[in-house]
Amino acid sequence: MIRVCALADLPPGEALRLDLEPPVAVFHTEDGEVFAIDDTCTHQKASLAEGFLEGCEVECFLHGSRFDLRTGEPDGPPATRPVRTHRVDVVDGDILLSLSPAGQPGNPLSTP
Amino acid sequence: MKRIAVVGGSLAGVSAARALRKQGYDGELVMVCAERESPYDRPPLSKSFLAGESTEAEIGLLGNGETLDADWRTGVTATALRPSGGSLALSDGTHLPADAVVIATGARARQPWPDPPAGVCTLRTLDDARQLRSRLLPGARLVVVGAGFIGAEVAATARGLGVDVTVVEALATPLGAALGNEFGAVIAGLHAAHGVRLLCGTGVGRLVGQRQVEGVELVGGRLVAADVVLVGVGVRPNVEWLAGSGLTVADGVRCDAYGATGINRVVAVGDCASWYEPEAGGHVRLEHWTGARERAAVAVSSLLSGGRQRVAAGPPYFWSDQYGKTLQLVGRTTGADSVAVEEGSVAEHDFLAVYRRAGRPVAVLALGHARPFLRWRKQLAAGPVRPSTPAA
Repeated sequence: MIRVCALADLPPGEALRLDLEPPVAVFHTEDGEVFAIDDTCTHQKASLAEGFLEGCEVECFLHGSRFDLRTGEPDGPPATRPVRTHRVDVVDGDILLSLSPAGQPGNPLSTP
Repeated sequence: MKRIAVVGGSLAGVSAARALRKQGYDGELVMVCAERESPYDRPPLSKSFLAGESTEAEIGLLGNGETLDADWRTGVTATALRPSGGSLALSDGTHLPADAVVIATGARARQPWPDPPAGVCTLRTLDDARQLRSRLLPGARLVVVGAGFIGAEVAATARGLGVDVTVVEALATPLGAALGNEFGAVIAGLHAAHGVRLLCGTGVGRLVGQRQVEGVELVGGRLVAADVVLVGVGVRPNVEWLAGSGLTVADGVRCDAYGATGINRVVAVGDCASWYEPEAGGHVRLEHWTGARERAAVAVSSLLSGGRQRVAAGPPYFWSDQYGKTLQLVGRTTGADSVAVEEGSVAEHDFLAVYRRAGRPVAVLALGHARPFLRWRKQLAAGPVRPSTPAA
């Protein structure tokens, strides 16, 4: 389990890129939920943490693929493959990340 | 509605089918697809697929196992739409009754030279791309006729493959019609920087070669030798089959701002459709990827609600990847009274420029500035009533 940062340090609507191998993006949605997915768009190498966050979806800034933060699934081309999702928990005001096994795309979703 | 027919199995058609299911339509869905291939995405045909960096499986439009619960009729075209709109005639001789029809027949590449010699290609379909790819061998001489999106992207990809490339463009600069000559000149610089010979302001008089193409003769008589010629001079909408249907067809199927045609329960979307655009003050036939995808949902919403639900289409947007740079334009540059480079440097082929009319941003152009561009695009999409930009 990795401590990402204090929840208070990641305001709603913001994202954070963790320089892991592969990189992971952590999002705090406007609705107050926290999600983590692999940071690299499955279409071309763009950072999803730099993308446009809207509800529970992030849009890649390069070509506009939208990924559902809950499932990692893209809504359609140009990306056709999901990104990995990772479990996040908020414990005592800290965001904690549990990485999914490598090579496991998309689900399973973290428990709330 | 018990049966909806979608005519066209490319991005607009597949997006319409997806939108139908997403918006709750659970009746019969028939996909009439001219090509036998499983639906595929066209942008990679001039880029990663042509470069050999992505496979046919990777450019598929459907997700793994995704069928949209549709009856897929591939290798079949629609040959007529009955004036009532209630039935299609198909090329396999059958009739297909339908309660509603989505017209998404797209466009085909223009080819001004009928029966050209071998080695003269257009690029629209997967098969076109396979053929072109087999000819782009290191050291081959490629002449690209037309420096539009297809021409520019193929030139860039071919350079990466070690091909000798000459681009012939009738206008003063590449992409001049879309970007204006000032930024067209930037694109010209990008070609030159990558070793592409660019001949602007000159047309092609004729192709040279009997069985196999040997070159092109420019207007004025200059000869440019070629082993391969890629003709990228635009497209024609596939709308001839709609003659006699009662639909208004004038460079595309005429639609309102939500994709509705003159016939009840018939909508049109994608390259074959000419939507009314309030911002442009007339009908515009958009040929861009994002329009085909986003407007399918708009048209389906209009169709399923009987025209009551009207979702405004976003501003026109395109991107193009050339020489590792992403070129993006959102909005309408026509009618702009000023344009200013606000980030980066034109000289370094890396910038973001904002077009304004009476101080209000109406379009944004970026080269190699995808990240700030996205924020601008969202601002423009939010509508003219909310110009959330710093004062000009």
